[in-house]
Amino acid sequence: MATVETRGVKKYYGDVVAVDGVDLVTRDGEFLVLLGPSGCGKTTLLRMIAGFETPSAGELVIAGEVVNDLPPRARKIAMVFQSYALYPHMTVFKNIAFPLKAQRVAKAAIPQKVEWAASLFGIGHLLHRKPRELSGGERQRVALARALVREPAVFLLDEPLSNLDAQLRASARDELQQFQRRIGTTTIYVTHDQVEAMGLGDRIAVMKAGTVRQIGTPQEIYHEPADTFVARFVGSPPMNLVQHQNYALGFRPEQFLPKGSQNGIGNVITFPFRVTRVEYLGADRLLYGTLGGAFSDQKVIARLPSTVTVDIKPETTYDFTVEDKELKFFDKSTDLRISARPL
Amino acid sequence: MDLRTQTATATGDLTRTPRRPMSIIDSERWLGPLLIGPAVLYIVLLVGLPFFMALYYSVSNTTTGGGTLGFVGLRNFTGVVGTPRFQTALKNTLIFALLSQVVILVLSNALALALQRDFRGKRLIRFFILLPWVAPISIGTIAWLWIFDSTYSVLNWTLRMAGLIQGQGFMWLGVPHLAMGSVIAVHVWRQLPLATVILLGGLSSIPQDIHDAAAVDGAGFWRHYFQITLPLILPISLVALLFGLIFTFTDMVIIYNLTRGGPYDSTQVLASLAFYTGIAGGDLAEGAAIALFLFPLLLAVAWGFLRIAHQTEVT
Repeated sequence: MATVETRGVKKYYGDVVAVDGVDLVTRDGEFLVLLGPSGCGKTTLLRMIAGFETPSAGELVIAGEVVNDLPPRARKIAMVFQSYALYPHMTVFKNIAFPLKAQRVAKAAIPQKVEWAASLFGIGHLLHRKPRELSGGERQRVALARALVREPAVFLLDEPLSNLDAQLRASARDELQQFQRRIGTTTIYVTHDQVEAMGLGDRIAVMKAGTVRQIGTPQEIYHEPADTFVARFVGSPPMNLVQHQNYALGFRPEQFLPKGSQNGIGNVITFPFRVTRVEYLGADRLLYGTLGGAFSDQKVIARLPSTVTVDIKPETTYDFTVEDKELKFFDKSTDLRISARPL
Repeated sequence: MDLRTQTATATGDLTRTPRRPMSIIDSERWLGPLLIGPAVLYIVLLVGLPFFMALYYSVSNTTTGGGTLGFVGLRNFTGVVGTPRFQTALKNTLIFALLSQVVILVLSNALALALQRDFRGKRLIRFFILLPWVAPISIGTIAWLWIFDSTYSVLNWTLRMAGLIQGQGFMWLGVPHLAMGSVIAVHVWRQLPLATVILLGGLSSIPQDIHDAAAVDGAGFWRHYFQITLPLILPISLVALLFGLIFTFTDMVIIYNLTRGGPYDSTQVLASLAFYTGIAGGDLAEGAAIALFLFPLLLAVAWGFLRIAHQTEVT
């Protein structure tokens, strides 16, 4: 068991700032997801923790030890790459055995450990195959088995599911989480996919432009976004943001419902909503349109579950409501969350 | 109305082009042969024809004086194989080729690994390393001739200044073993760039993720190199070795310029012996027999290497 800590870590490439002062502390055995758009510095941060890149400033601490000057092999970490990075000339057995041999594990103990790791991922029957003879899902399991076999203190995963097709990705996500819960090894997982992040993470660190914008549980990230970037990046469709006076007002599309459809008993705020387009998605309906009244002509989206059966037609104006506790307020100049204001 | 006229009608006048008779370059049947023709012609005239002429010369009694082209069977081969001169040349060819290729493989691996890293002045170093390959080989070997000169050798001068030798110094090209060492050294100098470039290509085709995975899996430099890098560049190394071997077996420029096969035939290889016998000595038939002696062996080597390279193809 171990924790990973970054203290003011920065990385420059010439004038380009890739990571701009990140302070993170994982909890023991936690599944921490680094989430952000491409180019936000999440992979660079992970590569610095792994030891492939040297920080321009700051300290990296793994299991209580500053590891800035340690090579990757001395950091007690294991990593799974987006490409899986299996050794193409070795069989699955040799791939999984490689880290053991490199760490001079006694020869007699190797086959047993390899088989143990392989059985955890159900790839025991593939041990004699070469990577090119495996499917994408099988390769991913081999990569996980190779990472797991030497029982590292920390797992680093760099978008390990992005090369799988959509169906396989859902089941792999499930397996990955179960497996992580079972072995309880601290895991840092990089992804740009918010569904993956929400589904897997104990906590999510949302990154943008080299900085961490918010770190919290999936619930906190979704319901209590710290700024407009987090609010818009997490959730699909993203949170509606409308400008009002000197702040921005945010509410989730699924909280924006026809008058009378709210389940809650709290106060509701009513907006005139002119629907321009209706998208039928089976489980939901997406309504695109503009607000009227004080928010004139600002574009918003409503997401109606199939349980809301009100008939909605394009080019018509309806009264839609949001519960006032679901309204989020953001400062116009800093984009940061501010306390609730009277409307 | 067929489909084409329908489409033409549908798209209207906008896309209609003026009618022109179909020319030869519109026809796939003629365009392909037309494009590949010059290459085929080149190979037939400059490679195929001389090769088959050499094949016939080797079983004839022709000379540079011309005249007869009588068929004599394998007499040229049986006659020459037994001579000490031929056997020395055969032995020298093998030593020259194998030793130089071993040295080239080791050095080009080291160089390619070094050049793959980023460091200041990398482009300059790469330029200098490529220089022997782009400079005309005869000019290069003439420079080496001076470097090895018995009186003015800069090598001897350097050794003397460093206090390692006294007096006259080495006769680099005048003593059998030294002469062989010298021509091998020059040959290595000449072929190293090509081998390095081929291996650099092989190295850069390995994804960085594989190297990162090996680093995180705990491999140190030697394990990383021998268990990951080397097996992955093995196919392309074999190709480099194949080129190198065949080139070495068939080339004589360096030996011709530096030693003319001497002293006492100690650097005479089959290619140079074939030249001295067939062109300088006028016995075209025997020269052709000597030149063709290694052909079956080279063919087998080439076939074997390409097979291995194909089988070890990993990605």
